[in-house]
Amino acid sequence: MNPNQLVIGRGTADAHPMEDFLRMDRMPHIWCSTCGLGTCLTAFIAAARESAIPREDIVVVSGIGCTGRAAGYLKYDSFHTTHGRAIPFATGLKIANPRLKVCIISGDGDLVSIGGNHLIHAARRNMDLTVICVNNFNYAMTGGQAGPTTPQTAQATTTPYGAFERPFNIPFLVDSCGATYVARWTALHVRQLTISIKEALLHRGFSFIEVISPCPTVYGRRNRLGSGLDLMKFYHDHSITKNFASTRECDIRYQQDIIVGKFVQKEEPTYLDSMNEQMKKALGAKFVPYIGPMDPAKDV
Amino acid sequence: MNEKKRGPVLTGAHYLDGDHACAEGAIAAGCRFMAGYPITPSTEVAERLAERFPKIGGTFIQMEDELGSIAAVLGAAWAGARAMTVTSGPGFSLMMENIGLGVMTETPCVVVNVQRGGPSTGLPTLTGQQDMMQARWGSHGDYEIIALSPSSPQECFDLTIACFNLSEKYRVPVMFMMDECVGHMTEKVVVPPADKIDAWPRRWYRGPRDKYLPYEPDKDGVPPMIRAGDDHRVHISGLTHDQRGYPIINAECQQLCVSRLADKIRDNADDLMMIREEQLRGADVVVVAYGISSRVATKAIADARKKGIKVGFLRLITVWPFPEKKIRDLAGKVGCLVMPEINLGQMYREMERAAAGRCRTMLVPHCGGWVHNPDDILKAIIEGSK
Repeated sequence: MNPNQLVIGRGTADAHPMEDFLRMDRMPHIWCSTCGLGTCLTAFIAAARESAIPREDIVVVSGIGCTGRAAGYLKYDSFHTTHGRAIPFATGLKIANPRLKVCIISGDGDLVSIGGNHLIHAARRNMDLTVICVNNFNYAMTGGQAGPTTPQTAQATTTPYGAFERPFNIPFLVDSCGATYVARWTALHVRQLTISIKEALLHRGFSFIEVISPCPTVYGRRNRLGSGLDLMKFYHDHSITKNFASTRECDIRYQQDIIVGKFVQKEEPTYLDSMNEQMKKALGAKFVPYIGPMDPAKDV
Repeated sequence: MNEKKRGPVLTGAHYLDGDHACAEGAIAAGCRFMAGYPITPSTEVAERLAERFPKIGGTFIQMEDELGSIAAVLGAAWAGARAMTVTSGPGFSLMMENIGLGVMTETPCVVVNVQRGGPSTGLPTLTGQQDMMQARWGSHGDYEIIALSPSSPQECFDLTIACFNLSEKYRVPVMFMMDECVGHMTEKVVVPPADKIDAWPRRWYRGPRDKYLPYEPDKDGVPPMIRAGDDHRVHISGLTHDQRGYPIINAECQQLCVSRLADKIRDNADDLMMIREEQLRGADVVVVAYGISSRVATKAIADARKKGIKVGFLRLITVWPFPEKKIRDLAGKVGCLVMPEINLGQMYREMERAAAGRCRTMLVPHCGGWVHNPDDILKAIIEGSK
């Protein structure tokens, strides 16, 4: 057998060029064919490698849902937490070991609905985290229910007569709460997405990237939007790149143009910067900066 | 106080309330991460740590809610910190979700619950012992938990250290079940010198990096742990998982994963058991009590003894796992077991179950808001001695 080939499922394939960064012993993954999550993962790995951040410093945290499984396939220290709680879990990791580069990869329902409170507070604190929010406009793992990102009039199993609630404009939400890096791309914009993830990883402060991602099996089929390829064709025809557009203008309406781009990039003190500065000011020589986590070599 | 000179531990004799003593116990145990959300009557623990930590190299974050607090504690523990949170009933309810994640991922941490009267918002400023069953069963699914209950500020200090030690030894979130009375009671608390504090280390994995399996247990059923960021490339999930930590969704893996989570506590119950016994030999009646109710009971017990009744006293410090063996043993020797508790019968049901009809059992209930009148406990003792 060709050593560059590995057995995947019932067949064989050439070794994946990123297999050193993936848990190949967990393949095949659970994601559907032509789902956008594969693109997000490869963009993440490419960006992480290009960033030159030491691999052991990168920690991936996910919540629950299709995207929530991302942590389980990435060969980094990775945590698959509870629904909506990826950001506060990541906050604990980051504060307890500020050396870590903590990245959250999770879905729109997880981050914006059940985890919405944590999202806005992490943005407000300018907590030094990178959030990749994969938005497929519905709760796909549970079979296609409507969520806070489902565009009005779209079909979902819990909106059988069409969605009617106003959806969140997520870049506007996190921008208004204080995020210091905000971008939106689709799963078609592989190069731009990779660059954005790299910039976000190297950014000091709360960085947020929304990735519009095709869900052909559930959202796409229920709304008769065609195959995954058709959805990508739609992104191709209907994405309008507007870097530094006002996030207020970035609403997504059902099957209409999607504004993509890097919207926000600014330097502001992070949570830890502000904390340390205030403590120094208030306590002077009495301030003892956080000593860091326990050291296994000394904790005996 | 100059912490830089004296070090983090508040060695000496102090006049402290239970909440502050708990905070000092956490510091003495090596806790340097606290995430919390204000809630009466537990807030003083958070306030004290917010004041103390920046002077001793610790870090406190006030989270947006209790869901976030416990999640941050779990994250911090996996980063390698000794971490805790503190709350009361309504916040305890919100924490149940991620207490389950802590159990499933075997994350050492301490959750302090300074209990108040419930249900719902209930009695924010007044005492209760109504979360005892929630501490045991509050998160969904099958699991075993460890919970301790203090009856004095000194015990709030001592047992907070014990909570951290047990959480590290058994890799499980440990519930510290205080109550408003003990939390707000001020008494003498003696803090030993730092070198006399027995804080146990984490069960660090010390083998080759590429051989680490996150859930391969040691002989006592507990697996060693690593820190995020040390290049072990682990995957830690709340899903049912195998020894690699990989999700495996079937009945066989569930059997292996969940039974070990329970067995590591059940099989080591004797090691975990902290109880105080007094005049049990030859007793006709034994009062079984914990927390503030155990202190109130001492008055009733003294009064009963003056009346010539042979009363023994069993004070529970470890409340979960429940000391079943001890109760079963006692039930074969005494006429009646009496339990006062500030609820309508929670630990009492466990006692009744463990006694298994071998003796009478009597509950002295109290809805909360205040402690028992010792006379009510006395009446039960007299009734039980007949």
